[in-house]
Amino acid sequence: MKLGLVIDLDTCVGCHACATACKQWNTSGTIGPLSDQNPYGKNPIGSWLNRIRTYEVKEPSADQKLPSADQKLPSADQKLSKADQRPPSDNQESSCGSPQFDLYALATKGESALSFAGINSATGAPASKTVHMPMSCMQCEDADCVTVCPTGASYKRAEDGIVLIDQDKCMGCNLCSWACPYGARELDEEQGVMKKCTLCVDRIYDEKLPESERQPACVLSCPTSSRVFGDFDDPNSDVSRLTIERGGKGLMPELGYKPTNRYLPPRETAQVPAMAKTKQPALSKLKKWANRVIAR
Amino acid sequence: MKPAFSVLFFTVTSGIGYGLLMWLVAMQLISGQVGELQNFLMVGFIGLTLATLGLLSSTLHLANPKNAWRAFSRFRTSWLSREGVFSLLYYPVILIYAYILFANGGELTLVLKVIGAVSFLIALATVICTGMIYASLKPIRQWHNPLVTPLYFLFSVTSGALAYTMLSLALEGSLSPLATSAFVILLFISLLMKIIYFKSIGKPKGSTIGSATGFTQAQVRLLDAGHNADTFLTKEFVFDAGAMKLLRLRWLMIILLFIVPLLLVVATYMFDVAPAVYFAMVSLYFGLFIERWLFFAEARHVVRLYHGDQRA
Repeated sequence: MKLGLVIDLDTCVGCHACATACKQWNTSGTIGPLSDQNPYGKNPIGSWLNRIRTYEVKEPSADQKLPSADQKLPSADQKLSKADQRPPSDNQESSCGSPQFDLYALATKGESALSFAGINSATGAPASKTVHMPMSCMQCEDADCVTVCPTGASYKRAEDGIVLIDQDKCMGCNLCSWACPYGARELDEEQGVMKKCTLCVDRIYDEKLPESERQPACVLSCPTSSRVFGDFDDPNSDVSRLTIERGGKGLMPELGYKPTNRYLPPRETAQVPAMAKTKQPALSKLKKWANRVIAR
Repeated sequence: MKPAFSVLFFTVTSGIGYGLLMWLVAMQLISGQVGELQNFLMVGFIGLTLATLGLLSSTLHLANPKNAWRAFSRFRTSWLSREGVFSLLYYPVILIYAYILFANGGELTLVLKVIGAVSFLIALATVICTGMIYASLKPIRQWHNPLVTPLYFLFSVTSGALAYTMLSLALEGSLSPLATSAFVILLFISLLMKIIYFKSIGKPKGSTIGSATGFTQAQVRLLDAGHNADTFLTKEFVFDAGAMKLLRLRWLMIILLFIVPLLLVVATYMFDVAPAVYFAMVSLYFGLFIERWLFFAEARHVVRLYHGDQRA
């Protein structure tokens, strides 16, 4: 099993419900408490296992050179065929960088798709978008946070791929948080041990819960169902299907951590045109005026 | 990265300590002469004290030091664990070396030479492990650099050479010609390597805000980090000293770490100005502190991409 999350960037509204539900569940869960320092003061700080950030994503102007990662990405067409052939669990590349995710790929290809007044002329979609991006542990396949740990507190479970921290072994050296590129690990200042997302390991296997509730707290709390939990090793699971259908992508593939979690790109939908102002005949204007006067 | 004083003190001080001990043993093995046993004891004691002080200071940055003993358990994967094991293993080996040396009345037997060589290698391994702890971290490109580990090693043996020749002046009345000339050569190599290192970290490369968010073809800008106070991540990883300050400190480091010690050692050697070498050591120590502070302050973790940075 390779358990993980799929997060839909198209429907996430950035409400932070996942983060608060996560904090609420996990502060009394197996790795709890998640302490806060100075929670009602001027500079509150505390351990969170899930954080949501908001970005503006827009088409670069024609003369603007984009900062690009060292890794050379294959062209969009190659990626689509690759993603179709292979299940997403095969490797990192299979589902990364699909054309859908590179929402604005068109813009860099030629003049035909240059934006006009904030609209992509090729697709009619807005050329700028606000994207909310929740981030928690990516349950990486090559998790350096585990290998750098000197005490053996950090480990990755062979049976389902969940990366966990044994709270009784951690010495709070912070090295694992340095090794994590995604900022998934935060030190609990009160207890002096590292905390991270457990994928709600104390929920998902709990047979006392109804089956529909055996899911991480963040997934259950999401009001727009932007978060999906499942097994990436199973090609028929929701997460595998969504990843292939929507071109789900892992973050920072160039570092080689092989993150399990996948992010679904915003759909490129044409802007709904505003209702046009039509010319009304004089009679209907008169009727409207009469109705208003009578209603008074 | 935020420079933590305990870690700066640890890497600098134990680096000098292990460097000094490496020189102490190496000089005996090279020359085949032990010299005054009392001087050996004195230098060895100083070296071990420095190394131990550094190691103790490194435990100060642990948030949960009662579990520190577990740090020896992941020798197979963790450089931090390897460093811990080697640093601990060093004590019995060097103590056995000293004991047999005394029991023999100062005669270098073959067994003793082997033990000495082993102690040298363990000290070397400890310093290399320290460098590898940083060099193995892929999210920080300024650390994940092939020059980082050689620099840790070079600064350890360079400062060790100066400490050795300084102590031989203090205890035996004259500088050690071999250690002094080695110091000068090593100092030049370290300076050259440090300059190449500064060049190699100069240009942004690797991850960008695009690869960090997946929008590789778009222009991405952080609108809201999701919190209006500090978090563990911003406290640990977001540290900005300012470009001008960094540049000034680089020059100060080059002056204190390379130029001043070189001039003072040459002055001591050629014009017999004895106290100059002590000032050289002080200058080198402060220079190394600035070097280590810069090593942290100039390192930019990729988590910063999620907090507003455009490039790593």
